[in-house]
Amino acid sequence: MFLTPALAISAVLFAIGVAGVLVRRNAIVIFMCVELMLNAVNLTFVALAQQLGVAGQVFVFFVMAVAAAEAAVGLAIIIAIYRHRETVDLRDINILKG
Amino acid sequence: MTLLRFVFWSFAGLGVLAALLCVTRRDAVKSAIWLVVTLFSLAVLFAVLDAQFLAVMQVLVYAGAIMVLFLFVIMLLNLGRGGPGDAKGPLGILVGVILGGLLLVQLTSLTKASVATGAALPPGTVAALQQQQGAVGMVARPLFDTYLIPFEITSVLLLAAVVGAVVLAKRKL
Repeated sequence: MFLTPALAISAVLFAIGVAGVLVRRNAIVIFMCVELMLNAVNLTFVALAQQLGVAGQVFVFFVMAVAAAEAAVGLAIIIAIYRHRETVDLRDINILKG
Repeated sequence: MTLLRFVFWSFAGLGVLAALLCVTRRDAVKSAIWLVVTLFSLAVLFAVLDAQFLAVMQVLVYAGAIMVLFLFVIMLLNLGRGGPGDAKGPLGILVGVILGGLLLVQLTSLTKASVATGAALPPGTVAALQQQQGAVGMVARPLFDTYLIPFEITSVLLLAAVVGAVVLAKRKL
């Protein structure tokens, strides 16, 4: 039930997230787009779990835990960069550029 | 069934709309709020797709904890001022939209996918399991049984993330 529409919606959300990462320059907004992509994948897991067993739902838990860890560390990095550079705009953060 | 379909499609539309608004808003705070709307819509979709416990966790962990963390950092860094906007120039936007659209075209082949008849559980199996073991037990049993070692590794990951976040955000150790 709803397998095809759910997969279509998750494809749309994932594409929106990728477009957001490519278009925006604010590091925090890019982070939010990454969260959007993770959620699109979660929707795929849940939709397929209906037909392939609850292991898919268990995996969503792991994705949520990894997303929480990623958000905590990523936002800490953003704070650390802001402290040095007074900006979160990716145009100004190019220390690693050769 | 018709009500379920109505709920599914209305929240699917709301989620996609809010995701678009999240990507296009200039103000980081508004982006975050629209992302919360998307996450909440996804929670409703989870509930429709026989994952009630995950729907609750989605609201608690994602829309609650993670988004509060985001909003907290936005407020802390005072980024919610609007300002000139951070989108790339017209060429950058064009490239981003084209690449996103290209990915969407590739991903639409996903919707043609179907589970092999032998591998698919008969319809209603997950719902019956939920009746039998409860919404939490259905997910908790495999989590603490088959996936016990990944679960323990996840706890180590979270510990490492907590230590890493403190070390990174602290001025001086």
